Amino acid sequence: MKQNIPESRLDEIRNQAALGKLDAKGVRPPGSPFPETPSYYGLPIVKPPVWTWEIPLYFFAGGAAGASSVIALTAQMTGASPSLVRDARWIAAIGAAASGPLLILDLGRPERFLNMLRVFKPQSPMSVGAWTLTVFGTASAGAVIAELLRMKRIGDAAAFAAALSGLVMATYTGVLIGATAIPVWSKHARTLPIHFGASALASATALLTLRGHDEPALNALGLAAAAFETYTGVEIESCDDIESEPLRHGPTGLTTRIGGFFSGPLPLALRLLGIRSKRARRAASASALLGSLITRIAWIEAGKASAADPRPLLK
Amino acid sequence: MAVTGFLTDSTLCIGCKACEVACKEWNDVPDDGFVWSGLSYDNTLALGHSTYRHVKFVEREPKAGCGGNANEQLTWEFSSDVCKHCENAGCLEACPTGSIVRTEFGGVFVQPDICNGCGYCVVSCPFGVVDRRPDDGRAFKCTFCYDRQKAGETPACAKACPTGSILFGRLDDLEAAADRRLAQLHASGMTDATIWNPKETSVGGTHAFFLVRGDPRNYNLPPKPEVPTTLLKQSWSAAAVAAGAMVGISLMVFALDRRGAK
Repeated sequence: MKQNIPESRLDEIRNQAALGKLDAKGVRPPGSPFPETPSYYGLPIVKPPVWTWEIPLYFFAGGAAGASSVIALTAQMTGASPSLVRDARWIAAIGAAASGPLLILDLGRPERFLNMLRVFKPQSPMSVGAWTLTVFGTASAGAVIAELLRMKRIGDAAAFAAALSGLVMATYTGVLIGATAIPVWSKHARTLPIHFGASALASATALLTLRGHDEPALNALGLAAAAFETYTGVEIESCDDIESEPLRHGPTGLTTRIGGFFSGPLPLALRLLGIRSKRARRAASASALLGSLITRIAWIEAGKASAADPRPLLK
Repeated sequence: MAVTGFLTDSTLCIGCKACEVACKEWNDVPDDGFVWSGLSYDNTLALGHSTYRHVKFVEREPKAGCGGNANEQLTWEFSSDVCKHCENAGCLEACPTGSIVRTEFGGVFVQPDICNGCGYCVVSCPFGVVDRRPDDGRAFKCTFCYDRQKAGETPACAKACPTGSILFGRLDDLEAAADRRLAQLHASGMTDATIWNPKETSVGGTHAFFLVRGDPRNYNLPPKPEVPTTLLKQSWSAAAVAAGAMVGISLMVFALDRRGAK
């Protein structure tokens, strides 16, 4: 295969060969400087995810919608302003409406989406997710439609169902990628649902803030989410196992760090400032939204990079 | 129906790739790209959506006394890889449509009329076997020649194998045959021969298993494959914690807000 290699690569090869340890693919004749690490020419073992841009966007939209429905219910239960409850319900409904098409578009055979609903398999997070999205989409749409038709009882019941399924929407995507054969994902199977849940809560809070709501409770929620995301960032940075390498090295590492910065430290600092400044609260919201989206993209890309590396699976 | 299996004996493989050709022709599998890999005689490189059999060419430094090789010579092993048809199959567990099923022969089969191409089996296979065909949109892998087995025939690859390297039969018969063959190889001095069948892992053994020489990792056969369903408990528990925390914190801040307003 013809590859474009920079001239400096040749120096690198010469220097490595002189040291007796050449880091390259290829056959290993006896006495050659190739390291004897057992693997089949360093070729990948697992397949990379086939998912394209729709999936991180779906994780983002579905997460924000799910968390928003939770905010709608808890705000209503504690007697917060009706306009906040209404807007939170709308964000949930719009997010759910966007999620469906995104998930369907990503299928290899979109016209067969309904096959997702021919069985329910609790052992398959994809099956649980498809059913959850169906329930959540119906309930969150029902909540806003009933409110438009002034059917308060039905609207409240639908909002309750939306919040219950919304809790799953906000967190299940972490299980979805965590419980797989991709080393970087499975290594973090325990962290991912909480990480994604916090990211979802941050973006729902951010959307409500940007919509003009300014309750101290929203700032507190944003603060809590940003603090947790900062903690997650530190946790990821302190992983020195080879499974987690794509989160810290190369282009995927950079994306993870950018996503982490916009999700954690930056909104955390702005939210702390935001106790006094409305502008800082809005800036923190914009940062958290961007961070949430980049974080989802980073995790999918890290999964692709991780699949290319056979080392964690040959330990 | 008896559970059937494949025993692939790399000590008998001559690297002719007849299994790859037979599989392609019988199953009408499309082109999987034509590349010169530079990695020994292997230009197939991996199993995939359009490759159900893949002959590996393992070149490595010989151990003195193994198979009579002089120290100056490379050993050159061939091994025909295939879907492992796991006892606990990650792809089957993950499939949300019920497209992937276990057949009456114990094999794992993707029903092409049900698959909607969600791609979740792709990331759930610990061996990187199943993949989505880009132009078709559905997931494909070795069918264990389900059609041929239903008609009482041997799978195409096993039938085309000229050396008996690919053995097809009842799984328990093959396991006994593998043990006998291993004892025979060890007795004749090929002490690095070993059987790869991950029975002690969560995969619970495979219906297609391998007799190889040397470290199975040189054949990209992972020593500790795990079926991803083992991660479900810890991952869903974490999701429950996250959901609880979300409700708790949210209720708390809004309640405090309310109290502050009063």
